[in-house]
Amino acid sequence: MSIFFYFSAAIALIATLFVITARNAVHALLYLIVSLLAIALIFVLYGAPFAAALEVIVYAGAIMVLILFVIMMMNQGDASVEQERQWLAPAAWIGPGLLSAILLLLFLLLIGTGAHSGDVHYVGPRQVGAALFGHYLLAVELASMVLLAGLVGAFHLARRDNPEAERPGHD
Amino acid sequence: MSSSIFIQLVNIFGILTTIVLLAALLTWVERRLLGFWQDRPGPNRVGPFGLLQVVADMIKLFFKEDFIPRFADRPVFVLAPTLVMATMLLGFAVVPFAPGIGIVDLNVGLLFVLAMSSLAVYSVVLGAYASNNKYALLGGLRAAAQTVSYEVFMGISLMGVVMLAGSFNLRDIVAAQADGWFVLPQLLGFVIFFIAGIAESHRLPFDLPEAEHELTAGFHTEYSSMKFGMFFVGEYLSVILISALVTTLFLGGWLGPWLPPLVWFSLKTALLVCVFVLLRAALPRPRYDQLMQFGWKVLLPLSLANLLATGGILLWLQ
Repeated sequence: MSIFFYFSAAIALIATLFVITARNAVHALLYLIVSLLAIALIFVLYGAPFAAALEVIVYAGAIMVLILFVIMMMNQGDASVEQERQWLAPAAWIGPGLLSAILLLLFLLLIGTGAHSGDVHYVGPRQVGAALFGHYLLAVELASMVLLAGLVGAFHLARRDNPEAERPGHD
Repeated sequence: MSSSIFIQLVNIFGILTTIVLLAALLTWVERRLLGFWQDRPGPNRVGPFGLLQVVADMIKLFFKEDFIPRFADRPVFVLAPTLVMATMLLGFAVVPFAPGIGIVDLNVGLLFVLAMSSLAVYSVVLGAYASNNKYALLGGLRAAAQTVSYEVFMGISLMGVVMLAGSFNLRDIVAAQADGWFVLPQLLGFVIFFIAGIAESHRLPFDLPEAEHELTAGFHTEYSSMKFGMFFVGEYLSVILISALVTTLFLGGWLGPWLPPLVWFSLKTALLVCVFVLLRAALPRPRYDQLMQFGWKVLLPLSLANLLATGGILLWLQ
């Protein structure tokens, strides 16, 4: 059990590292997908297969496809790779590196004090549903309102000024 | 203990080989059936009834030059065609072919298949991106938009079945259909899922990503040899997977009188595969905007209404 955990955790970490250091946007995205899949595996190991399935379907399968869609529309060439190379100069690593080091220190301290999770317990679709539409109902409704606002905004932005042009046969 | 591992291994390798061979054979089946429905012979020269056409095609594909364009994104270009094969074969892992035949019995089996089918789109999109070719790019953009749109109600249309069976486990869903197949109470869900399945496997009439009259060959324009072959076999794998899923979810899976369970499952799946081919033979391709409008304006509201009605009736009956 724990060997699977360390294996997928290592994959997730290394893949995330490559997401940051990759110079080509599509390659970075591919590493991000690998990282998401590895995290889904960890969810399965910790008794939450439903969360894992949603992670793959929603994050890896839908949101990442949309981001890839946008990157493909931009059609970036070698120029953007060169730009990325300049942005990732060694001096730019100092700040984030320091912050991550602090996080790592805190994490090691936490592990040292023994504040790790206990036994694995199974969380199936039924439990997730009950929690979503019971205990967390307010948060779910709020999130859906934010999403609705986003949807209306996107619709407004994409709408054509001339409603006559919307008629079929005019495009 | 060792005998159960042996049975498991037989299951895995048996299913793997059968599925891949069937997918390869389907290239011949499809062309023969298309020939039959369009009143022309189809491939009938190599071997009896042209059966060895599959072998001839394989030899041809293997010995063609495996060409990678100079301007392509090499690693992604090579990776892309393997994705569709891998995800589709993984999808078969949870399909319950018959009692005792099947690889794993996952609690969230249905979601697993949906996840695999949503990962399969990367194959097309990445292949299109890596080809660095404008026709391929257009095909890839179409594929991404089409698959993301149709995935939404592909999942929603199945929730009626999940509610009726009370489980995401595919074996439980088959067992719940002992009293009657779900195709009757979930007729709408069945139709929507089938249409979404055709769009997910980008088969005609929804093969806009590779529409040859406007995009040369769409996303696989730059692919040749066995890389193209993998896209091709992957498409047939997804046809079989969708048919097997429809059989499991709506047509009672292996259930049926007299014949052994596996035969029933194969018969139902084969019938659905033939429907796929018949649709290709009979229907013209819509325009791309028509495809998207049909999805978002007709199928999505219908599948939401189906979900609402099924939930309401189930609550009322309780």
